[in-house]
Amino acid sequence: MPNMSKTRNEMPTQAPDVRNKNFQEVALGYSEEQAIDEAQRCLNCKHKPCVNGCPVQINIPAFIQEIGKQNYEGAYQVISLSSSLPAVCGRVCPQEVQCEKYCVRGIKGESVGIGRLERFAADWHNAHPVEKIERPQLNGHKVAVVGSGPAGLTCAGDLAKKGYEVTIYEALHLAGGVLVYGIPEFRLPKAIVQKEIDTLQDLGVTVNTNVVIGRSISIEELMKENGYEAVFIGSGAGLPRFMNVPGENLNGVYSANEFLTRINLMKSYQEHSTTPIMPFKKVAVVGGGNVAMDAARCAKRLGAEDVYIVYRRSEEELPARREEVEHAKEEGIIFKLLNNPTEVLPNEKRFVGGMKCIQMELGEPDASGRRKPVEKPGSEFVLDVDCVIVAIGTSPNPLIKATTDGLATEKWGGIIVNPETGQTSIEGVYAGGDAVTGAATVILAMGAGKTAAKGIDEYIQSKKN
Amino acid sequence: MYKIIKKKILNPTVTLMDVEAPLVARKAEPGQFIILRVDAEGERIPLTVADFDREKGTVTIIFQIVGATTEKLNHLNEGDSILDFVGPLGVASHTEGLKKVAVVGGGVGCAIAYPIAKKLHSQGAEVHSIVGFRNKDLLILEDEFKKASSRYFVMTDDGSYGEKGLVTDALKKLLDAGERYDEVITIGPLIMMKFVSKLTKEYGVKTVVSMNPVMVDGTGMCGGCRLTVGGEVKFACVDGPDFDGHEVDYDEAMARAAMYKDFERHAYEETCNLFKQEVN
Ligand SMILES: Cc1cc2nc3c(=O)[nH]c(=O)nc-3n(C[C@H](O)[C@H](O)[C@H](O)COP(=O)(O)OP(=O)(O)OC[C@H]3O[C@@H](n4cnc5c(N)ncnc54)[C@H](O)[C@@H]3O)c2cc1C
Ligand code: SF4
Ligand code: FES
Repeated sequence: MPNMSKTRNEMPTQAPDVRNKNFQEVALGYSEEQAIDEAQRCLNCKHKPCVNGCPVQINIPAFIQEIGKQNYEGAYQVISLSSSLPAVCGRVCPQEVQCEKYCVRGIKGESVGIGRLERFAADWHNAHPVEKIERPQLNGHKVAVVGSGPAGLTCAGDLAKKGYEVTIYEALHLAGGVLVYGIPEFRLPKAIVQKEIDTLQDLGVTVNTNVVIGRSISIEELMKENGYEAVFIGSGAGLPRFMNVPGENLNGVYSANEFLTRINLMKSYQEHSTTPIMPFKKVAVVGGGNVAMDAARCAKRLGAEDVYIVYRRSEEELPARREEVEHAKEEGIIFKLLNNPTEVLPNEKRFVGGMKCIQMELGEPDASGRRKPVEKPGSEFVLDVDCVIVAIGTSPNPLIKATTDGLATEKWGGIIVNPETGQTSIEGVYAGGDAVTGAATVILAMGAGKTAAKGIDEYIQSKKN
Repeated sequence: MYKIIKKKILNPTVTLMDVEAPLVARKAEPGQFIILRVDAEGERIPLTVADFDREKGTVTIIFQIVGATTEKLNHLNEGDSILDFVGPLGVASHTEGLKKVAVVGGGVGCAIAYPIAKKLHSQGAEVHSIVGFRNKDLLILEDEFKKASSRYFVMTDDGSYGEKGLVTDALKKLLDAGERYDEVITIGPLIMMKFVSKLTKEYGVKTVVSMNPVMVDGTGMCGGCRLTVGGEVKFACVDGPDFDGHEVDYDEAMARAAMYKDFERHAYEETCNLFKQEVN
């Protein structure tokens, strides 16, 4: 008999006024009892609408059934058939616009907590390691992977399982991409990412950090001199966009990438780190996505008294995960919606002295279908802040394009690929993730890594015959 | 890990190291830089490639001890290793087609200017080097510069060596004497590059400066290294580090360079104290 409760099991969390002072994980995860209770809310629908909402088509009711039967490892195995990073995706996927959006239980109540159950299964698996993974027999072919974000990690893992000798090249000193330098510890503990990387290394994947492809080695050299038969580019969308308003280069104006990198990658919040971060008191974060929420919540944790989200549209259009918006509000982040910055004002020392904004209202829908924000004349005001963090998006880093002859890209920088195989305009060179789509999601990057792994395998196998 | 093959104290505050980094050595060109991290708690700092040996697979760095990280780095010795060392980053200096060049270096900036002078010299260009230091004790790379230049001038603030005065005085003299350069390349403190550029602008001589702002990743990902050049925002780590000296907004760059001054002083003092405790 299914559990007909209209509401889902609540996720246990650290209390807001405690957690906004530490960097430990906010959401603590379901207990076994909660997981079983929640699993019983799933109706095991024949037509599985949830699955169609999942970018990688995880067999959702099947894994939830396994949780219901207390076969947690079995649940994990079902997820593993389609996803390489369940512990990550269970935490960071925007479930409310994917699987959970289509869940039948959502019609007359809350949808099944699919993401929470996914996380439960993955955490259970990680806490109860099965026997050590056996290294697959090598098939004699070498593949290089550029970038160690979710796209690169997934592509590397899938190929390694098929017997390829895979080497990942990562520009930074630590593997993980946005998962380590962008998404904060309190939302995605770095130990989880490290675990994924350890697993890859157990599979035989080599991870070479401190190598910038295009500078240290070019893609062409990888193929012609280093003996790689194929290369996968998963270099992400790391190039930060700025607002182009006066005062943007003042001290105390950061891109979200810089602010988050200082905190997450360089651990500047820890006492012994020598990477500086300033003790700002009043912080404005411009933007409304996950990146903006992460930056705002980090600023709060570093001790800022007032932290504002300044976003030019309304609450409904906020692109961040619902849960992050709610968590941010609970933690005391102030939402200044329908406002747009026009200038960053200096103080006498060339640091930020304030941010001039103008109020906006929503007009006609634009090309994206969202109502276009327009300025309200005469509504300028100055927000009293000493730090501004710009989180209005990123685009693909042009370095690889600039150093790889014949690599076709869109005008805005995205690498053009065949969506079926991930192949770029160059034979043997594949790409996926944010480098292709522009800033998107972990699950899409992971899916693209899988597609390309398949594409690369077929390409190399077909060459052999 | 990247092993230190050679360490040489150039003056009380400037040290040279040859570091084993074959991938970097294979590709490095004058004008490019590396980013290193001494240990797991260290920050990432950029240092210019001062020289390289492709065969031995080593890269030479020269650094001034100015903060916590360079202090820690200076405590490493031959045989020790640096945790992270990535590069070569940035765009190499353009030297093609230059026939006559003045290379103007200030302080530890000479370490960055030297490989460029050397490259120009090896390409057959006529190189006039002007180097400036606060005093004689701080002088570095004299023999190297002499070998790479047809004329070599040393300026010191106190006149303890070479001539007393600023590098701009020497450059002005040369320009006034009718020397005409295809380009002036200047590397040193921001304030010096600002005034060299101001001078050469009056004489209409193309000038290239090498900028060294605060950096984090060095790959174009953070924007922390941004500068205004000719009214446009540029990322020094990918668009530079070389820029047209007549277009750089030096005042902004100076303000940005001072952003972490207080923090750094504090971290530096703490590091020094730590090392002192170890000694006692
Ligand atoms: C702060 C923040 C929060 C986010 N929150 C969420 C969320 O809640 N949910 C969600 O689904 N998505 C979220 N995202 C988006 C998600 O993280 C990305 O879509 C995803 O990580 C993209 O994966 P990727 O593998 O394509 O690239 P990345 O994760 O960007 O990894 C690319 C890697 O390639 C390396 N690289 C780049 N150039 C080179 C080179 N030339 N040589 C060698 N290495 C190179 C980079 O250093 C990086 O490590 C967030 C992003 C950010 C920044
Ligand atoms: S739609 Fe909801 S109830 Fe139906 S199978 Fe999917 S998760 Fe279960
Ligand atoms: S150092 Fe980060 S973009 Fe240049």
